[in-house]
Amino acid sequence: MITFDGVTVRYDSVTALCDLTEEVEAGEWVGLIGPNGAGKTTLLRAVARLLPHDGEITVDGAVVSSMSPKRLARLVAYVPQQPELPPDMTVAQYVLLGRTPHIGYFGFETPEDRRVCGELLVALDLGAMSERRLSTLSGGELQRLVLARALAQQAPVLLLDEPTSALDLGRRVEALELVDALRRERGLTVLSALHDLTLAGQFADRLIMLGEGRAVCTGKPDEVLTVEALARHFGASVRVMRSEDGDLVVVPHRAR
Amino acid sequence: MSTTLPRHDVAAVPTSNPGAGALASVSARGPVVVALGALLGAVALGVSMGPADLSFVAALRVVLSHVPFVHFHSGVSRIDADILWQIRLPRVVLGGLVGAMLAGGGAAFQGVFRNPLADPYLLGVAAGAGLGATAVIVAGQRLSEFLPLAAFGGAVGAVTLTYVVGATVGRQGATVSIVLAGVAVAALLTAIQTFLQQQHAQDLQSVYAWILGSLTVATWSEVVLILPYVAVSAVVLLAHRRLLDVLRVGEDEADSLGVRSSRVRITIVVAATLGTAAAVAVSGLIGFVGIIVPHTVRLTTNASYRVVVPVSMIGGAAFLILADVAARTVLAPSEIPIGVVTAFVGAPFFLFVLRSRRVGRST
Repeated sequence: MITFDGVTVRYDSVTALCDLTEEVEAGEWVGLIGPNGAGKTTLLRAVARLLPHDGEITVDGAVVSSMSPKRLARLVAYVPQQPELPPDMTVAQYVLLGRTPHIGYFGFETPEDRRVCGELLVALDLGAMSERRLSTLSGGELQRLVLARALAQQAPVLLLDEPTSALDLGRRVEALELVDALRRERGLTVLSALHDLTLAGQFADRLIMLGEGRAVCTGKPDEVLTVEALARHFGASVRVMRSEDGDLVVVPHRAR
Repeated sequence: MSTTLPRHDVAAVPTSNPGAGALASVSARGPVVVALGALLGAVALGVSMGPADLSFVAALRVVLSHVPFVHFHSGVSRIDADILWQIRLPRVVLGGLVGAMLAGGGAAFQGVFRNPLADPYLLGVAAGAGLGATAVIVAGQRLSEFLPLAAFGGAVGAVTLTYVVGATVGRQGATVSIVLAGVAVAALLTAIQTFLQQQHAQDLQSVYAWILGSLTVATWSEVVLILPYVAVSAVVLLAHRRLLDVLRVGEDEADSLGVRSSRVRITIVVAATLGTAAAVAVSGLIGFVGIIVPHTVRLTTNASYRVVVPVSMIGGAAFLILADVAARTVLAPSEIPIGVVTAFVGAPFFLFVLRSRRVGRST
């Protein structure tokens, strides 16, 4: 669904992403992990064409850098780490922004657009608050709203940059479960940067570990989340354990 | 791991419109009707207030008598008809156009630069127009008919300079560098304007009068002069009202939604600048309208640009017509500069709206 072929991104003299060649299958959830500054956000922004890149990225067989912005927005929905949430915008106005790629330059939302968005709000448990201002919503509600806007684009690919960083533990798991359910239900391909390694291992089908702009380790969670790899690339001493139901658990190891 | 998805809880969540699903569309109708009512009232006051006692009905009859192909005799005395047609009506219409443009341009600039304090003068329109006008005034009487042209040229030139400088010094398309370039260009042009003004102290009063803004010289020819610019500008701004809402989530997210935000932004800036430059060319630098009116609309409605742009235009027209009525009646027969009125009346009113909104929210 997404292919990277020798993708390099430079900011002035700094190389943020170096010669990345990878592939993400349709319907797959690929997690991007790596220390701060490893290039996770850069990679996501390059797919959304918010950054110029060398090499070639394709989505659904089409080359990203030569696609019209509108076509790309119908293929790829991008949720940044800290989305802009205008405090006096209403929930309905916000989720309708997601229909932008389907509306002409001078056009306005059709009843169909409003139906799609109304249903999404109901599905994400926000149906009762469509006229509320964003400033009155809780963190968990905002998180679901941002997802609703992304889903309103009806794009097959969802790019999520640290989708849970602002949430407490309960909301965090809830949000990821929601993404998982939605991608199964709608057959979405998900590429997301994930901070929490345990959650990354639980939810992603495959992980790409980035270090200094290069993919240093790729594979199933238990192949990537190893004590050696984490020590080398995160500079952290960790223990990797298995929970009773078989999930990987990454725990910081404190030297005493 | 157990999954408690909100999806499964949907049935338990009371929705405001069960079954319906579709969201209500954002409608500007109510606020537009209210604003039109205010505009009508302002026009009625504008044509009837003044040294000669004339009614709104008389004004309507005079207007009707000027409609081509309609042979209607107004029944209003010749002198009254002339006062209405030659003096009051053009002044009211010009005030309306200028007010609509300043308020609409202010709303658009606030949207494009995502800055609540942005106004149409942000990128140097006022400084450029001021320099152009001052240059003509100090050059002497014989050039005075070129004053609007010089002010217009100065305004457009200043914004062009701002854009060129902003785009070369900063990251391409970054709004911050453009706004900063606007500050620098405005400071530079104001310095030159002040220098010119000080070198020609005998013209100080006319320069000053122009800068404070006035509709005293309003005739139909000024109306005809600026109408095309204001009309095109208004149409472009209105056509972009949905995209202004998209820009509210910032450049990156707007781009990721398939909008070429830098292109949209420059289109809106060009349109707002042309209209504002035309308005300023005939009325001088009337301040405050571009900030107060859009914010009042924003605070009293749902803040969507689909509402803010059209309602600001209508409300701005009404506001400036009323401000002009005050400017020419409060100290009649002498006139107060209209810029003084807009600030004097507008600022407290704005604070009042701000305060009542805050109270309304906390209860």
